[in-house]
Amino acid sequence: MVNIYGYGHNTILVFEVTILVLAIFLGVEVISKVPTLLHTPLMSGTNAIHGVVIVGAMIVLGQPDKSAFTWIVGFAAVVLASANVVGGFVVTDRMLEMFKSRQRPKEPDET
Amino acid sequence: MSYNLSNLLYLITIVSFVLALRFLSNPAHARRGNQIGAAGMVLAIVVTWIKVGSTSWWAIALAMLIGGGFGAVAARKVQMTAMPQMVALFNGVGGGAAALIALAELHRVLPEPGAPTVDVSLGITLSALIGSISFAGSMVAFAKLQELIGGRPITYAGQQFVNGGLFIGALGCSIALVSGVQDQWLLWVTILASLAFGVLFVLPIGGADMPVVISLLNAFTGIAVALGGFELQNNLLIVAGMLVGASGTLLTLMMARAMNRSVANVLFGAFGQVSEAAAAVAAGDGGSVRSASAEDVAVMLAYAHKVVFVPGYGLAVAQAQHDVRQLADLLEAKGVEVSYAIHPVAGRMPGHMNVLLAEANVPYPQLKEMDEANPEFSRTDVAVVVGANDVVNPDARNNQGSPIYGMPILNVDDAQTVVVLKRSMNPGFAGIENPLFYNPKTVMLFGDAKASIDQLIADVKPL
Repeated sequence: MVNIYGYGHNTILVFEVTILVLAIFLGVEVISKVPTLLHTPLMSGTNAIHGVVIVGAMIVLGQPDKSAFTWIVGFAAVVLASANVVGGFVVTDRMLEMFKSRQRPKEPDET
Repeated sequence: MSYNLSNLLYLITIVSFVLALRFLSNPAHARRGNQIGAAGMVLAIVVTWIKVGSTSWWAIALAMLIGGGFGAVAARKVQMTAMPQMVALFNGVGGGAAALIALAELHRVLPEPGAPTVDVSLGITLSALIGSISFAGSMVAFAKLQELIGGRPITYAGQQFVNGGLFIGALGCSIALVSGVQDQWLLWVTILASLAFGVLFVLPIGGADMPVVISLLNAFTGIAVALGGFELQNNLLIVAGMLVGASGTLLTLMMARAMNRSVANVLFGAFGQVSEAAAAVAAGDGGSVRSASAEDVAVMLAYAHKVVFVPGYGLAVAQAQHDVRQLADLLEAKGVEVSYAIHPVAGRMPGHMNVLLAEANVPYPQLKEMDEANPEFSRTDVAVVVGANDVVNPDARNNQGSPIYGMPILNVDDAQTVVVLKRSMNPGFAGIENPLFYNPKTVMLFGDAKASIDQLIADVKPL
C-alpha cells in the first residue's frame, strides 16, 4: 500500500483530512464577514468556485488508454463542469457590477 | 509538469479563491474579488491542461466549448429576476460533474487487483452519493423556480419512508463499496437511488423555503467536489470544495434561523401541508377586505412623511424593481422619506431582494434589514407591501396554530396605513392565509405589481 510518492495511503488520507478540516474553518471565518447585502453574490460566487471540479473532469477525460465508457462519462463531466465555471463567474460578475455602479454621487435622503 | 510544481500552482488558485470570498465583505471590492477568483480558475485549468498533456486535448477543448458556451449564453441572457433558478442550474451541473467523475474513477480503479484503497473508495462513493443528490435536487429546484412544475409542496402518504429507504439504500451500497465489495453496479445503484432521493426530497419543499434549499444544495455540491479531491488526491478540489461546503452550510443555518425553524423542519416538514388546517382557522375570523384604487393610494403616498416599501417575491415575478425605484424617486422629490425594509428570507434565495434593488440602483442606505426596519414602522405613514406575504404575516406573532408561528416578521401593521399590492386574494406560495389583509388599517391594490406601480407613478406625478 505505498504509492509513487513513497507514502502509505493512510498517511495521504490523514494529510487530506487535515487540509479538509482546516478549509472548513477557513471557509466559516471568511464567509461570516460577508454582509447580508451580498448573500446572493456570495452564493453564486461560491457556486462558481465549486466549478473547480473541472480540474477533476479534465484529468478523467485526459487519461491515456481509456475505455469508451470513460470517454463518454469524462466528456459529459467536462461539459457540465465548464458550464458551472463559466456560468457561475459570469452571473456573479453581472450581479456585482450592479452593486459597484451604485457609487454614483446621488446623496441618500437619510437624516 | 511535475507533481510538486502543479500543486504549488494550484496553491495560487486556492489563495485566489480565498481572496475572492474575502473581497466579498465589501460591495466596493466585491467585483474585483470575483475577477481574482476567475483568474485563479483559469490558472488551474491551464495547469491541468499542461499536466494532462496531449491526450485527447481536442476532446477536452470541444467539451469545454460546449459547456462554457452554454454557461456564458445562459448567464448573459438571464434576467436578474430569474437568478435563483440560474444559480440552482449551475449548482446542479457541478454536482453532476462530481458524480460522473466518481463513476469514471471507479471504472478505472476496479480492474486493478485488490480493492481500491479506503481514501479513494470513500471519496468515490460519497462524492457520487452527494453529487447525485445535489444534481437531482437542483434540477427540481430549477424546475420549481422556473415554474415548470408547481411551487406548492407535493406530498403523499409514506413520503418520509420512501425517502428514508432510498437514502439508506444509497448509503448501504456506498458502505459495501468502501468495505471492499468490488462491484461497479453498487455505485450505479448508489447513484440512481441518490438521484431519486434528490428529486423526492426537494419536491415536497414549498417555494417559500427555497432560500434554505438552494444554499444547502450549494453546500452539497461543494462537499461532493471536496470528496472528489480525495479520489483524485488533489488538494485544490479538497480546499475549494470545502470552502463552498462550509459557506453553504453557514448560509443554510442563517436562513433557517431567520425563519426561526430548524433546517430539519424546513427539509422534512412538508410545510404547506400543515397549513391548510391553520388557514381554515385564520379565515374563519377574517373580516372584510378593503380594496382601493390607484388614485387613493397615490394621494396617501404623496402626502405622507415616511413611506416604507416591503418587497417580496412578487416584485421579482412582476419585475417591478425599476418601477418601484421610480416611484420612490418621485416621492422623494416631493419630500417624502423613503426606505425599503428587507426580510432575510424574502424572495427565493439568500439576499434576493438586495440584488434586485441593486439592479434598480437603489442607494444602500435606504435598504433596511429587519432589525433596523421594525422600530421604524411605528413612525411610518404608509407601508407598501409589494408582492410579499409570509414575511409580513402577523400570524407569525399571534397565531400559535400557524405553520409560520415564531418566524420573525416585518411589523408592517405598526404603520398608520398598509398598502398591499397583490395579484388576487389567493394565498401566497406557502398557501397560508394572511390576516394582515383583513386588518382595518390595510388597503389592497389588486393587479400585477408592475402595472399597479406604474399606475401609481402616473397618479402621483400631477399631485
